[in-house]
Amino acid sequence: MPLLNNPFIRQLFSSFLDLAPILAVVIIFQVFVIQQPIPDVAELIIGTFLVVLGLTLFVQGLEQSLFPLGESMAYAFARKGSLLWLLAFAFCLGFGAAIAEPALIAVADKAANIAATGGLIEQSGVAKDSYALGLRVTVALSIGFAILVGVFRIIRGWPVHYPVFAGFGCVAVMTPFAPDEIIGIAYDSGAIATSTITVPLVTALGVGLATAIKGRNPMTDGFGLIVFAVLMPMIFVMAYGMII
Amino acid sequence: MIEWSIHLLMELLQTCRDILPIAITIIGFQLLVIRRPLAHPKRTLIGFFYVLLGIVVFLEGLDMALFPLGSLMASQLTAPEFLGINPVNQPVSWFTYSWVYVFAASIGFATALAEPALLAVAIKVEQISGGTIPAWGLRISVAIGVALGLALGTFRIVTGLDLSFFIIAGYVIVTIQTYFAPKMIIGLAYDSGGVTTSMVTVPLVTALGLGLAEAIPGRNPLLDGFGLIAFASLFPIIAVLGYAQIAQWLSRNKTSSNP
Repeated sequence: MPLLNNPFIRQLFSSFLDLAPILAVVIIFQVFVIQQPIPDVAELIIGTFLVVLGLTLFVQGLEQSLFPLGESMAYAFARKGSLLWLLAFAFCLGFGAAIAEPALIAVADKAANIAATGGLIEQSGVAKDSYALGLRVTVALSIGFAILVGVFRIIRGWPVHYPVFAGFGCVAVMTPFAPDEIIGIAYDSGAIATSTITVPLVTALGVGLATAIKGRNPMTDGFGLIVFAVLMPMIFVMAYGMII
Repeated sequence: MIEWSIHLLMELLQTCRDILPIAITIIGFQLLVIRRPLAHPKRTLIGFFYVLLGIVVFLEGLDMALFPLGSLMASQLTAPEFLGINPVNQPVSWFTYSWVYVFAASIGFATALAEPALLAVAIKVEQISGGTIPAWGLRISVAIGVALGLALGTFRIVTGLDLSFFIIAGYVIVTIQTYFAPKMIIGLAYDSGGVTTSMVTVPLVTALGLGLAEAIPGRNPLLDGFGLIAFASLFPIIAVLGYAQIAQWLSRNKTSSNP
């Protein structure tokens, strides 16, 4: 089948597979449990189609621009180049990937709406946009910082659990002092931001580093970067909530 | 039509701003620090354009489908007519909402099992462990972990219990597990938490949480609506560490019983 060899068609199919489990569960519940008419079915179908199409274009684009470049650069930086440049690259990579992450864009907007409805910020477009952007920039800065710390850890060969335990401790200590309205979104933000762009690029950097440094095993030492990227935004966003 | 085109153009411009930092990072470091020209400048440029267009179309689809679907499920599963209750004159126990937990668990299980990134992690774990931790078992245990996480997360929204209590208790469990788990698995297990929350799962689960907090009497979306994703990213860590531990014990017992 020549049609199936087309990379775009193949990607379209795999994007649909990403969505399929959700659709299957929702349809099963609609048919067997809820048994009520669904409002706006047409819009849901068009929207689903747009999600699949958007995801396809997005992943296809990433695979022919950011990923090959980012991965080869991650390996190149890991192998040679000064520590300072490596750390600068790690920070910029984390920041840039997180700020472009579509799931974070969508959820930050949602959070701004909720904050406006709840009376936390002004009920205006400008206030909401600045709240959403502030949230995303905070998350992106913290992910940049997290990747920087994680890269430093791999270079020094520290065990992964010490900085992670320190992160747990920070979260536990800061939570009672953070405003209640920010805790939920703070806890979610790290995992939301480590998604389609961040995970492959950051994993490439970690595995590249562990391959390049003598005496490290890429299988075991290259991992442990994502966990900082999940933890650090929790701490930073709670701090952001305390400041504003 | 004109209004719609302006809206699309605005979204495109905004997305340009969003992908600018990563584009500058990659291209800037390539040209200025590594000092090598781009291998396929045209291909790369087209790729960036696809990314841009993809994000705009995807976000549009989210607003039309995944967000409404999440809140629709939340409101239908909590509707008094569906539950057969009258919330005005009788207090509703957490057990009344059991379909909500079943739905959340099903979404978690199905999406985690189908997640390509998790498959990649599972195969790596099998290789690292020399086959003692099979990939399939790991995937199923993570899927169960996410399912339990989301069910517990929705239970928390229904009851209004403190989110930080659950998450910090989870941290304590992870801390204890770390001391017993096979050392080489730890980094991978920690990372598996960020891996299971994909671009399509996050919006649906977020909308579900917010919808529940809106629909259930006495809950406030601002205080109770978020936090589901935190559960979905913590429980896989516990599941991977736990499964690695058990699989190691089992294979050790096997080798010691038949030498």
